[in-house]
Amino acid sequence: MAILISIAILLISGVVCLGVGRKGALAGWIGATGTVVACALGLIPALTILLTGMRVRTGWDWTVPGGSLRIHLDGLSAFFLVPILLISGLGAIYGRGYLHAHEGRRNLGPVWFFYALLTAAMTLVVIADNAILFLMAWEIMSLASFALVMFDGDDPSVRHAGWTYLIAMHLGTAFLLVMFLLLAGGGSLDFDQLHCQPRQTFLIFLLAVIGFGTKAGFMPLHVWLPEAHPAAPSHVSAVMSGVMIKTGIYGLMRTLTFFDSVPDLAGWILLGIGMSSGILGVLFALAQHDLKRLLAYHSVENIGIIALGMGLGLLGMSRSIPALAVFGFAGALLHVLNHALFKGLLFFGAGAILHSTGTRQIDQLGGLIRKMPFTAATFLIGSIAICGLIPLNGFISEFLIYLGALQMPMPGLSAFAVGFVVIGSLALIGGLAVACFTKAFGIVFLGEPRHIPLDGVHEVGPSMLTAMGIPAALCILIGIASPLIFLLLQPAIGILTGLPAEKFEVSWSQAVSSLVAISVIGLILWLGIFLLAVLRRAILKRRPVESSVTWDCGYAAPAARMQYTATSFAGPLTNLFGLLMQSRSHRQLPSGLFPRQASVETHTPDVFQRFFYTPIFNALVWISRAVRRLQHGRVHLYILYIVLTLLALILWSLA
Amino acid sequence: MISILSSILTVLCGFALAPLLLGVVNRTKAVFAGRKGQPLLQLYFDLTRLIGKGAVYSRTTSWVFRAGPIVGLAAIAIAMTLVPFGGSRGLVSFAGDFFFVAYLLGILRFLWVVAALDTGSSFEGMGASREVAFSALAEPALLLALTAVAWMTRSLSLSEMVGRLSWTLGPGVAPIAMVGCTLFVVFLAENARIPVDDPNTHLELTMIHEVMVLDHSGPDFAMIQYTAALKFWLLGAILIGVLLPLEGLPMIIRFLVSVAGMFTLAVLVGIVESTMARLRLLKVPQLLAGACALAIFALILVVR
Repeated sequence: MAILISIAILLISGVVCLGVGRKGALAGWIGATGTVVACALGLIPALTILLTGMRVRTGWDWTVPGGSLRIHLDGLSAFFLVPILLISGLGAIYGRGYLHAHEGRRNLGPVWFFYALLTAAMTLVVIADNAILFLMAWEIMSLASFALVMFDGDDPSVRHAGWTYLIAMHLGTAFLLVMFLLLAGGGSLDFDQLHCQPRQTFLIFLLAVIGFGTKAGFMPLHVWLPEAHPAAPSHVSAVMSGVMIKTGIYGLMRTLTFFDSVPDLAGWILLGIGMSSGILGVLFALAQHDLKRLLAYHSVENIGIIALGMGLGLLGMSRSIPALAVFGFAGALLHVLNHALFKGLLFFGAGAILHSTGTRQIDQLGGLIRKMPFTAATFLIGSIAICGLIPLNGFISEFLIYLGALQMPMPGLSAFAVGFVVIGSLALIGGLAVACFTKAFGIVFLGEPRHIPLDGVHEVGPSMLTAMGIPAALCILIGIASPLIFLLLQPAIGILTGLPAEKFEVSWSQAVSSLVAISVIGLILWLGIFLLAVLRRAILKRRPVESSVTWDCGYAAPAARMQYTATSFAGPLTNLFGLLMQSRSHRQLPSGLFPRQASVETHTPDVFQRFFYTPIFNALVWISRAVRRLQHGRVHLYILYIVLTLLALILWSLA
Repeated sequence: MISILSSILTVLCGFALAPLLLGVVNRTKAVFAGRKGQPLLQLYFDLTRLIGKGAVYSRTTSWVFRAGPIVGLAAIAIAMTLVPFGGSRGLVSFAGDFFFVAYLLGILRFLWVVAALDTGSSFEGMGASREVAFSALAEPALLLALTAVAWMTRSLSLSEMVGRLSWTLGPGVAPIAMVGCTLFVVFLAENARIPVDDPNTHLELTMIHEVMVLDHSGPDFAMIQYTAALKFWLLGAILIGVLLPLEGLPMIIRFLVSVAGMFTLAVLVGIVESTMARLRLLKVPQLLAGACALAIFALILVVR
């Protein structure tokens, strides 16, 4: 299996990097080359499986109890492998340029080692065919990414983010452990032996949602995400936000294949999670001032959209409505790929901005398009794609979910609930995402520079530009070639729904005709834009075209400081949803006849962290402190405990 | 063949008549104010004059500013071909095309907003900020209302939805009326009319659409104006299609009645603008949330 060779290359290049880490340039070269080669090699079997719909499985005996060391590659794993390998490979190319500044100054060996290890672990997670192997890979993935988050560990805020991440991951894994033990029911832990007792279905589903949801970032399990993603180096943020959290989605989907039947309630739960993650995720993103934190909250939003699709898919399965199941899962899966592309691209862009300006604060930036034209163009493509707008890829997956929501049979209140939840929240999310990304792109790249002067700003190097250009091109491609991309989804949907081929085909054809129309119209739109641009150029050729200052209503000296800021741009919406967001602001209002100073400062800390997790963890600390009084180091009192315990046990046994 | 021909003709008719509707709105307002008013064809004159001019671009702006009008016009022109009018189907129709139309309006909005931000003007930033805030609330209202129509008619494309709609359909008059109200509010909000925005207040702190396009000039501004007129026609055509179900009548009568409906709508907008003041900005979200609520009630009535 070629995929094992990829993993081997990753591990070897990682270890070599660890050895030559002091020579930063060499480590970068080996690390990046090894990862790129491994990813390219791994994509071959993944795409072969997707095109042929085969399933490969191989295994060896091992001394670990509960089954054998087995790996497999089916439509579902192969589909997740594509974004994992693609974004990890691009991240390695990007990281080479991004870490260049650190070369010679610090030991880069560990970064490249853990990056290769993270890629290998993510690959292993989706191909593992045994629960123990899966959990081991899962754990390595969490620890490797923890080490990468701690890259700038000298910074206390980064350490705080790292610890939050580590704790969240381990709490999540605890639920997975219980889930797998229940699924095995004392027998083998190989995936094909796992089986869900009908009585336990709902319990296991809940465990999976909590355990995998922590990784995926379902609201309210997402609190680690806006902390950890901005703290990591940007190529790692891209990998974590773009693909690592998707392993949570993979885990949940894989768990669903162990079920004979799914209760209706499971679908509704996912729809609820999708709605809350989607709407709250984008609202919190809107209120952020830190570009990478904004993107991290957007991952929560997009995971919400994926959950909406999965919820529809589950409802379709529990009620045996093939079209609903197919469209729901197709939308969710395609959004996994799409989100990996545009979120990877956007984090690369944010990293490029950080790299050349030294800040992530949106309100400090402005006018970067003049010095960083390529970054700006790709960031614009990513922004339009993430808003789900035509003619890019984000629209396709959202469209499938919309179409799915209309498949519920009428009449009935559940049709209303599905329509209201899915269509209402997707529409609201779309509208808010437009607000959020016009803010992110418009304030950072357009207008006049704000606090960071443009003199020192420069476009980033070719390796970083390549890593941004490829996903941008893919976003455009998927937008106009959706019927073909749809074919790649077929094996995965088949595994998830377990539908017979003919039922599958019927619902399939319905979507394909729409997708063909969308693709053709998308092409016409590009053509129309091009023709209008040519036309305008021709019209203006013989006319005077002048440059001037921005028309500011007769005011003689417009200055950069007078521009609208990101905070005021988002103001109407953050005020409107103030009740949900609980922003804190410190205002110093102008006073007196000749006011000299005024300032506004706003913070929007995570509501769940503030009102849910912090109180719980504070209570935990309080209880631990109280219990600690029992342990004071006085031996004679310890002996007293023993005597008292014995006495109590004797009395209990007598009674 | 004939149906395709009639679709092409109605779409072309939309492209030709759209600017006239705004002339009707302005004439209505003039009559209410006791003025003589500008010629009905004023917008056509404006457009020809603007196309004949050169352009002035701000030194702050980049190619994003120049892309705004182009992408906007291309998107709305494509959306025009999807919307049925006067008994003819849209030139193109497919399952779920009403989402497509809504998202075409989305890309138009995105590019106009970033073009406004590209000028670095605080005025235009202000308008852009309000535009995205209000349209984020108008979008759920539009899509939920159209979903209600889709369910009422058991069809998934705009052309079939409008074609099958009739007042005697199962769920009755109430949901159609509710959807109509929602669509009318969305129509006013998306076209920047009173009570959401006032197209007459060129240089005031309260405006939305007009302030976003302050810096465009010449052919660019012509494209912006024409796009706005087409958007007026497009959303109006959807509203008229829902409110005037004319199934069973001969094609030519349906077409004439629909055109008459569009002009009545324009007169109605003129009347609303003459008799109402613009809402305070803080009240606008309440209006749009109200529109959403009506659409949700319509959905409940439909699935009952």
